[in-house]
Amino acid sequence: MASYQSLDIKRRSASTSTPPVVRSTALEVAKLIDVSKCIGCKACQAACLEWNNLKEEIGVNTGVYDNPHDLTPNSWTLMRFTEWDNPDTGDFEWLIRKDGCMHCADPGCLKACPAPGAIVQYTNGIVDFVSENCIGCAYCVKGCPFNIPRISQVDRKAYKCTLCSDRVAVGQGPACAKACPTAAIMFGTKDDMKEQADRRITDLKSRGFSNAGLYDPQGVGGTHVMYVLHHLDKPEIYAGLPKDPQISPLVSAWKGGAKLFALGAIAFAAVGAFFHHTIVGPNKVSETDEENAADLAEEGAQAAPTPETRAL
Amino acid sequence: MAVEIERRPLIVERTEVHRYPASARVNHWITAFSFILLTLSGLALFHPSLFFLTDLFGGGANTRAFHPWIGVVLALSFSVLFVRFWKHNLWNRDDTQWTKQIGDVVAGHEEKLPELGKYNAGQKMVFWGTALLIVVLFASGLVIWDEYFHGLVSIGTNRLAALVHSLAAIAAILLIIVHIYAGIWVKGSVRGMTQGNVTGGWAWRHHRKWLRSEVKGDGDGH
Ligand code: HEM
Ligand code: SF4
Ligand code: SF4
Repeated sequence: MASYQSLDIKRRSASTSTPPVVRSTALEVAKLIDVSKCIGCKACQAACLEWNNLKEEIGVNTGVYDNPHDLTPNSWTLMRFTEWDNPDTGDFEWLIRKDGCMHCADPGCLKACPAPGAIVQYTNGIVDFVSENCIGCAYCVKGCPFNIPRISQVDRKAYKCTLCSDRVAVGQGPACAKACPTAAIMFGTKDDMKEQADRRITDLKSRGFSNAGLYDPQGVGGTHVMYVLHHLDKPEIYAGLPKDPQISPLVSAWKGGAKLFALGAIAFAAVGAFFHHTIVGPNKVSETDEENAADLAEEGAQAAPTPETRAL
Repeated sequence: MAVEIERRPLIVERTEVHRYPASARVNHWITAFSFILLTLSGLALFHPSLFFLTDLFGGGANTRAFHPWIGVVLALSFSVLFVRFWKHNLWNRDDTQWTKQIGDVVAGHEEKLPELGKYNAGQKMVFWGTALLIVVLFASGLVIWDEYFHGLVSIGTNRLAALVHSLAAIAAILLIIVHIYAGIWVKGSVRGMTQGNVTGGWAWRHHRKWLRSEVKGDGDGH
């Protein structure tokens, strides 16, 4: 997708050129998902399919509400249901988390991607996959700390939530936020969403959820999709939301400065070989070597060596 | 004196020694060609500044799709090469001595080195090094071959495999640079692999023990 004016590119995968910075006044946007207000109706899932023209296969019911069972190339968002017995209160709690791309400030997917421009980050914070540049290698899957990108077996392109970058570019909110009947999904500038979250958290605390808080993990530089959680101290209980997500050190090592060092070593070996040849010269077989070999062969053939060649 | 005079006898006896049968030559060049293609297609994905190499393979997606298949060809071809050559690459005392005198080797003072069998210690190290690295590359390559093997191992193993694959690839490329340069530097080597024979003088100079055994007739010609 082309870059709209309000969606200037801040970072581009596998690119060494400097992005334009003069017009960098764009506000950072964010989606705030208030888990405490979600009723699990999946209107957001339906809206996502509809807006993005996606069709999910009809699945099978395995006795849980998650449908489909995981994110897929067609399902970019998914309600994950967890039944949790709160040991402190003895209450049974139904935790429903809307899973999908977090639009990290420091996106592991973009760091890992080897294809120039297959993943971009706009100045407003949205991380977008540009399918025409995608080569289907699944490095983004390895890079993502949230297990989000899915590769289609049909066209071998990577897919995930776009945060409705196309709608945002023309001043609309994401389709899921528009569809949510309880306004559990809100959209605005990141600052506004933090303020909104503060008010919700104060309210939740006043009602006994002393660990309520905002999930905006700093390990990935903060995210442009944030959660209000009643139990911020235990994000894992929300279907495995990581407590301190970070780009894996293995990915950092794989994609780090060592790459340039490695290329340098290869260049050094090639240049070193060239200069070895320049200094030492070719390792040539001399006529004497040939004579000696001929003598040896003649000895082997039980023939007496000829005196002329021996004299050499 | 700045000018050297070389007097050549009018008639020089020539000998030729058979070094590789056609099957070994074909086997070697399939391996070499797939290795070059793997290096080009792999490096294209290794660093953005080399992404242009994907053009050689018809674009990024094709490069991504072809690379592992070429890896399969390499693995099969090298396995045959390995079975053919491993016996000649077992380490012996001469190799230890040769390694100690690496300074003489690099300076080209071959007369100071022990007489050698079919391969010298450098060639043996390249042989065992590439054998090991190709096993590592193949195993880690299968793990990150997402098109057919996605989801078979954990994401952590996947990340490790990607790191290991790129490190092993760099090591393998460095070894192959040594191998190729040795072939260029030591004149008369390449014809052994293109035509199957070398001159007796070449064998005398670089692999005299092997030449002696060939003369006696107990070499197997491979
Ligand atoms: C032996 C069998 C091999 C297999 C099955 C294999 C497979 C793979 C796979 C699946 C990838 C990921 C990209 C893709 O989806 O195509 C890859 C990347 C790569 N391969 Fe291989 N490969 C093999 C051998 C080699 C060899 C011999 C070299 C070169 C010496 C090499 C160099 C590379 C490099 C440099 C990358 C990019 C790694 C990165 O970006 O960090 N591979 N390989
Ligand atoms: S599969 Fe992911 S990492 Fe690979 S090119 Fe596509 S977006 Fe980039
Ligand atoms: S959640 Fe994963 S896919 Fe989304 S921006 Fe972060 S790293 Fe990329």
